[in-house]
Amino acid sequence: MKSRKQSSKTTQNAEKNKRSLLFGLGFGIVFGFLLHKGGATKYDIIVAQLLLTDFTVLKIMLSAIVTGMIGVYFMKSMGWIELSLKSGSVGKNVIGALIFGVGFAVLGYCPGTIAGAIGNGYLDAIVGGLAGIILGTWIFAVVYPKIKDGILKKGAFGDITLPRLLKVNDWVVVLPASALIVLFLFWIEKAGL
Amino acid sequence: METIISVLTDTFWSPYAAGIGIGILSWLSFFVSGKPIATSTTFARAGGMIENLITGKAEQRPYFKKIKLNIEWQWMLVVGVVLGSFLSAILSGDFQVGVWVPSLWASAFGDSASLRVVVALAGGIILGFGARFGDGCTSGHGISGTLQLAVSSWVSVIFFFIGGVLTAHIIYFVIA
Repeated sequence: MKSRKQSSKTTQNAEKNKRSLLFGLGFGIVFGFLLHKGGATKYDIIVAQLLLTDFTVLKIMLSAIVTGMIGVYFMKSMGWIELSLKSGSVGKNVIGALIFGVGFAVLGYCPGTIAGAIGNGYLDAIVGGLAGIILGTWIFAVVYPKIKDGILKKGAFGDITLPRLLKVNDWVVVLPASALIVLFLFWIEKAGL
Repeated sequence: METIISVLTDTFWSPYAAGIGIGILSWLSFFVSGKPIATSTTFARAGGMIENLITGKAEQRPYFKKIKLNIEWQWMLVVGVVLGSFLSAILSGDFQVGVWVPSLWASAFGDSASLRVVVALAGGIILGFGARFGDGCTSGHGISGTLQLAVSSWVSVIFFFIGGVLTAHIIYFVIA
């Protein structure tokens, strides 16, 4: 403890930075492990979801959302954490998301699952997909100055949450939303999907 | 002991077990690192770093100034995803060797590796461009943003799936 107190601010920052990198790596390892165990590192399962013949991907996402939402909003109401929200616009979240969706179906992986597919050994993910995603994000960086004040801001609505939009207490949305998602999952299972 | 080991060596878990695990991971990520799980900015950083290696001028681009071209938390998270998936695949005997063409793709378009790689490259370009245009991907918007009930993320995930479902049907029922 004493030596830490004496150490300069820069080494403290370096230490903090190193810890942050290690935690990132650790969370990533668990995330990748779970994505593979869930089957989401496979083209066949991802595209079958988009063809609506296998609902594995949606089951993973929705159960992660319900679990995550309850815990994160609990920690928020205890004052332990702050939310980290992305501000939105029609240009970004409708047009950008549609472009993403087209790429999602053509590639058959998304940015997180392609990292998992690479770990799983799929060569189309390593040679084709990874190169493509890096190139695509780079093309965006090149055109960014031309669109940042135009289409990206079209229909901007800020970083609001559903409870703020509806002007209600967080739990007035969290609890019904959780119940609806769980009901939907039961319905999917009952339908044999 | 035996059951613990067999859980690790099973190729698949129930999707609900995987999903609940990811949900709990998101608590820890918020609590410990103060950040939601997300991945797609890392690919943009990688592109900028490659441009920097070639021309040394990538940092002059406003977008790279904004996202900062350094190896940070999320970059390590993406590296971790590769390692974690590799670990699970090796433990369960599911690591794929020499697989260029997914079987669903092969059933419609044949087993040409070069066709699949070209299409994957094109898909990746569209996906990467869309991920940064939409300011998030299936992790950042699809899981982390939706669980915070962000309006931007719920709108995004709905349009991810509209675009994805339509395109997948065109690929498999119109083109194939």
